Amino acid sequence: MNSISRQNLTRGLIRENPIFVMMLGMCPTLGVSTSALNGLGMGVATLFVLILSNIAVSLVKSLIPDAVRIPCYIVIIASFVTVIDLLIKAYTPALHGALGIYIPLIVVNCIILGRAEAFASKNTIWQSILDAVGMGMGFTIGLTILGALREILGAGAIFGYRFLSADASPALLFIMPPGAFIALAFLIIIFNKLRGNK
Amino acid sequence: MPSPKRKISNNLSAMIFSLVGVSVFSGLMLGFVYEQTKAPIQAAQNRLELEAITDIIGSDYDNNPFEDKTYIYDDNGNKLEFYPARKDGQIKAFAIKTFSNKAFGGKLELIAGFGINGKILGYKVVNSQETPGLGTKVSEADFAEQFRGLRPQSPAFNVRQDGGEIDAVTSATISSRAVIDAIRKAYNAYRKLSSGDKHE
Repeated sequence: MNSISRQNLTRGLIRENPIFVMMLGMCPTLGVSTSALNGLGMGVATLFVLILSNIAVSLVKSLIPDAVRIPCYIVIIASFVTVIDLLIKAYTPALHGALGIYIPLIVVNCIILGRAEAFASKNTIWQSILDAVGMGMGFTIGLTILGALREILGAGAIFGYRFLSADASPALLFIMPPGAFIALAFLIIIFNKLRGNK
Repeated sequence: MPSPKRKISNNLSAMIFSLVGVSVFSGLMLGFVYEQTKAPIQAAQNRLELEAITDIIGSDYDNNPFEDKTYIYDDNGNKLEFYPARKDGQIKAFAIKTFSNKAFGGKLELIAGFGINGKILGYKVVNSQETPGLGTKVSEADFAEQFRGLRPQSPAFNVRQDGGEIDAVTSATISSRAVIDAIRKAYNAYRKLSSGDKHE
């Protein structure tokens, strides 16, 4: 793998992490990250949509006039999201029970349109797949960490396993929407410290 | 990396052609996947409901409640599915698939089980759009256990805020009320039916 490919693959993990650095897709990020498992499921679903849409956009990039490219991308993305939604419903009903209402939200996740516009519409299929995998993984990891943090603080559990005794009361605030903002803010602080800038 | 030259210009016919093309392709793909997943989705839903029924009303019956289902109607004429569990031809218990539109995330569907004496045996949420981690807790045993043995027509069958005996799920009172609403709807529909044919 040459250095450009490697760069495209790893860019999304840390340097341009969608959640902690680019701050894209905040709506699903803050909405679903109530538990580590929800975060992971949403991340993986987004990863698949991102790969499919990057492939499709990269394939049709020279066939679509500039002026109508955004509506075309949105139709492509929405179709793939619906396909994934139907597949999850048919073959993993339990996951659909947990994520059901958030799957359609992937359509409006700006990471996907963002990568289609910023990357897949200008690059080859192979590079677009690498970019999608990297960005999707970065999103999944970020979402899982945020979900885990909120679950630990807000429910006293991790991946559904409760480690606090039944009568202990965890900080419910972190499961609620304001907790999402607070937890995300602290994670971004830590992330920026670790990256060592500013 | 240099971006490739765009060969298509922005004239009207090219724009219409590409939009129509993308839409037709998406439509075909969606139609195909929908047809392919229709049966598995229905099968998954049926399995879920049959499991819910046996979970709630036990297995002390010799018919298949799912195959013997009939329909009953609530006060507003909505159709509810009624699953009788019979032993030697006598109804032992029954389950009703009911719903509430008063849930936090719109419609909440559940299957409620009743003994022949009108006491609640339990319920299972089969379809909901409640907030994960908050409203979805109405599906969990801690909350659901409180319903066992209650009578839907008694004043105790309400959340504490409304003067009843049921502790609502913390910060999900609306979801908790929706469960109660759905069960009460099911029971009233059953009562209407049984008073009509002198069943009880």
